[in-house]
Amino acid sequence: MVDHAAEPVETLKTGTPEDAAAYLLEKFPGAVSADTRPGFQGVIVDPAKLVEVAQTIKDELGYDFLSSATAVDYLGYGDHLEMVYHAYRISGGTALNFKAQTDRENAKLPSLVGVWRGADFQEREAYDLYGIHFDGHPNLKRILLWEGFDGHPMRKDWKEAYYEDELKPFDSRWPDGGGVHRSEEKNVFGKNVRYPADFDLAKLTDISEESLYKMAGVDVEMHAMDDGVRTDTLVVNMGPHHPSTHGVFRMIISLNGESINTLEPVMGYLHRNHEKIGERNTYLMNMPYTDRLDYLSSMGNNLGYAIAVEQLMALGPRYSPPTYRAEVIRVLMAELTRIVNHLWSIGFLLNDLGAFFTPMLYANNEREKILDFFEAASGSRMMCNYMRFGGVFKDIPERIKSMATMVNDRVRDYDTMQFLSQMINERLPRFIDEYDRYLTENEILRERCIGVGVLPAEDAINLSAVGPLLRGSGVAYDVRRAEPYSIYPELDFDIVVGKNGDIFDRYAVRMQEMRESLRILRQILPRLEQTKGEPIVSGTQAYSPRVPPGESYGRVENPKGELGYYVVSYGDDKGTQNPWRYHVRAPSFINLTALGPMTRGMKIADVVTILGSIDIVLGETDR
Amino acid sequence: MYGMGILKGLGITIKHFFATYTDEIRYGLRKYTKAVDNFQIRQGPETKGIFTSMYPDEKIAVPERFRFVPFLVVNDDDHPDAPGADWCTACGICAKVCPPQCIWIVRASDPNTGRPVPRPDEFYIDIDICMNCGFCMEFCPFDAIKMDHDYELASYDRTTVHIHDHERLIKPFSYWKSIAPTTATEEAEARGGWEHIDVIKERKKREAAAARAAAAAQPAAAPAPQASTAAETPAAADVAAPVAEAVADAPAPVVDEAEEERKKAERLAKREAALARKKAKQEGGDN
Repeated sequence: MVDHAAEPVETLKTGTPEDAAAYLLEKFPGAVSADTRPGFQGVIVDPAKLVEVAQTIKDELGYDFLSSATAVDYLGYGDHLEMVYHAYRISGGTALNFKAQTDRENAKLPSLVGVWRGADFQEREAYDLYGIHFDGHPNLKRILLWEGFDGHPMRKDWKEAYYEDELKPFDSRWPDGGGVHRSEEKNVFGKNVRYPADFDLAKLTDISEESLYKMAGVDVEMHAMDDGVRTDTLVVNMGPHHPSTHGVFRMIISLNGESINTLEPVMGYLHRNHEKIGERNTYLMNMPYTDRLDYLSSMGNNLGYAIAVEQLMALGPRYSPPTYRAEVIRVLMAELTRIVNHLWSIGFLLNDLGAFFTPMLYANNEREKILDFFEAASGSRMMCNYMRFGGVFKDIPERIKSMATMVNDRVRDYDTMQFLSQMINERLPRFIDEYDRYLTENEILRERCIGVGVLPAEDAINLSAVGPLLRGSGVAYDVRRAEPYSIYPELDFDIVVGKNGDIFDRYAVRMQEMRESLRILRQILPRLEQTKGEPIVSGTQAYSPRVPPGESYGRVENPKGELGYYVVSYGDDKGTQNPWRYHVRAPSFINLTALGPMTRGMKIADVVTILGSIDIVLGETDR
Repeated sequence: MYGMGILKGLGITIKHFFATYTDEIRYGLRKYTKAVDNFQIRQGPETKGIFTSMYPDEKIAVPERFRFVPFLVVNDDDHPDAPGADWCTACGICAKVCPPQCIWIVRASDPNTGRPVPRPDEFYIDIDICMNCGFCMEFCPFDAIKMDHDYELASYDRTTVHIHDHERLIKPFSYWKSIAPTTATEEAEARGGWEHIDVIKERKKREAAAARAAAAAQPAAAPAPQASTAAETPAAADVAAPVAEAVADAPAPVVDEAEEERKKAERLAKREAALARKKAKQEGGDN
C-alpha cells in the first residue's frame, strides 16, 4: 500500500479501464481475475475482498461514480448469481466493470453501501428480485415487491401466474392459434397470488402502521425543541394516492414538530417486472416496452436500448452502424424529448409549489405541438417505438398531414421542415423566454426553492444521482459529453450546471437545458436538409435478429438523467434471439436514493417540492 | 421592488388569458367552420391562444402513420377477380413478432389433402392485450395487416367483444388507401402495382413467359409484348391511377379483341392454378 501511494496517483486516476483492471490484478493476486467469457469485459472479484477492491477502485483509481449495480442469474451455466457493477469517473470515460459471484442456494455478498451510497436501492432491488443477501446493508428489505411475495421473480426458475412458455414467440399462436382466450380466464383474480410457506397474511403489518401502533401505545418518543417546547414524534404517511407524488408513490415521514427526522420512500405500486418480460421477449420486442418506462420521454428510452443492443451486435461479424441520417433523426428526437420532458417537469414543479395548473397548461401547450410532430413521424404521441437497431422506423414525413376518416374530423397539413423550423427557431425560444420571465423572478417561487432541499456535490456523486439533480449540485456530468454517443461530439452545446444544489438550481438547470437543446436542434436542422433522402436504417430489419454473445451497457443522457441498459446475450455461441439478461438502470429510481438525505431536517411542506424537483416518473421507478 | 416578479408573472397570465379571445376576434366564427385553413391556424405553430378542440363536435384528424389496433386487408368488393379475398397468407410473421403475443392465427388447410393453404382459417387479435406498437404492420411481407385510425372502440362489454375475430378485423383495401394514401402508394411502388404481391409476381412471370414464347414463335413481332410491359411497369414517380388501370386491363394493343379475351381467360386460369400449386408447395416445404 505504502509504495503504491508513493507512485504518482494521478496516472492511475486517468488511465483506461484496462489499465485499472491490470492494476487490480496486480494488487489483489488471487482475489481478482479477468472475465474471459467471449464478449464480456472487466474483472471478477472474490466476494471476500469485494469491499476492499471497491474501495481501491473508488479511491485509488478514481472511479467515484457507481452507475449501475445489478444481478444476473446464470442458471444452467455454472448455477451462480452474479452481481455486476459499472463504475465511472465523473470526469468522463468508459466504465470499469467488475463482478462478484455467489452460489444460488445461499446467495450472500458484502454490501457496497459503505463505499458508494448509491448502491443502496440497487442492492435492495437485487435482494428483492434475486434473493441475494448483502451483508452490512443498513436497510435490507424488499423494495419493489411486498413482504408477502413468494420467491424472487428475476431468478430464471421463477414462473409468473400466467406463465405460458420460457421464450417468445409462443408456439400456441401459430399455425394453430385456435386456443385464443382472455388472459384473465387463466389468471383469475384472487387465485393468481402465492404466499411464502411460513407467511401469515393476518400478521402482516405495514411499516407505517407499525410506527402508528407504536405511537398509539406507550412508546411515544418525546422531543424537546430548542425553545423548550416538548413535541411527539409523528409519523405521516404520504401517498400512494396523493396528487403531489406524480403517480402511485408513497413516503413515510417521521416528523419532529414540522421538521423531518427520516423519510422512507415506498415504491413498487406500478411494478410489472419489466425486466422479466424483457427476458422472455426477443430483442426487438423490447423496443415498445421501453416506451412504457419513462413514458414522457419514450424517444430517449428507445435510443438507449437501441444503443445497448447495437453495441452487442457490433461484436458480431456482420454489423453496420446506423447511417448518418438515422443519427441526425435520433438526436432530433432525443432533444425534442428533452424539451418535452423539462416543460412537463417544470410545469409540475410549479404545481407542487401551489401555482395550480396555469404554468402547467402553458408548458403543455408547447409540449402538444412537439407531440404532434412525434405522432406524425412515429404514429404515436407518447409510445413512439421509433428507434430500430441500426436506424429508425421511418424517415420523418414530408408533411404533417392528416386525413379526415371519421365523423367531425378536422384536417391539418403542414410542411414538416417548415413546422420544425418554426417551432425551433421561433415558437419555442419565444415561449421559453416568456416562461423564464413568468416564473424565475417570482418571489414565492424563489422563497420556496432557494436553499431548500440542498444536495452537496460530493453527496450527489456518492448517491449516484444523475441528470439535472446532479448538475444542479454543480457537477458538470453529462453522458453526452462524458462518454459521447451518436453525433453529439460534432455538436456544439454546453453542460448546464447549478451552484448550490437546491431546488431552484435544478429548476434553473432544466430551464437552461431547454435552451441548450434548442441550440443543438438549430444545428440539426441544416443536417436534416443535407441528408434528405439518405437511408434511415443500415442493412435490412429482421423481425427476430440474432445477437452475438456478450454483455453491453448502453447509456444515454435522458432528460431525467443517465439511462442505462445492461443487456447480456448468453447461452449460444452463434448468438441468441432473446436476451439472457435485460436490466434498466432507471434514473428516476436511483435518484430517489437521494430523497431521504435531501429532506432530512427540512419542513414537511417542502417534501412535495423536493420530490417534484427530482422529477420522477413512476413507470420508470417501479418498472 | 419586492413583488415585482409576481406582478410581471400576472401580466403574462393576463396576456395569455386575452390571447385566446383576440384569436377569437381575429378569426371570428370562421375559426369553427370546417374549412381546413382555420383549423390549421388554430392548431398550428402560429397560434397564440389556447387551442383546445371541442371533442366530439370536432376531432383532430390523426396523421397517416397513426397506429391503433390492427385490421386485415382484403380485396375490395368490386374487385374483378377475387372480391373480398384475404391478403393474408397466414405466414405467421405478425404472430411471431407481436411483443405481447396477442395475435392468434389458424392456418387453413386443404380439406382433401390436408396440406396447408396460404390463407387464414381463423384470425384473432386480443385488443385488450395489443399495445399498438405497429410491428405486425412493419414486418408483414404481404402488406396484409395494417394499423387502423379508428380509435373509438368503447364498448359496453369487454368480456365478449374485445377479441376481434376475422370477420371483425377485415377491411377493404380501398379503406387503407383512404386513411394512408402516401404510405399505400409507397407500398404499391415497392410491390410494383396495386394488387397483392403474389398476383403481381405471377403476372410478371406469366408476361416474361409470354414474351419468351412470342419471341421464339415470331421474332419479327417482338415489339408488341415489349410495348405492353413498358406500359405496365410503373414509373417510380407516378404509380397511382394509371398503374391501377394498367393492371386491370393490359391488352397488347396489336391483337384483336376476341383473341385477347380468350387469351386473358386462359392466362387467368393458368395463373390461378400456378398460384395454388406454388403456394401449396412452398408451405408444404416449410413444414
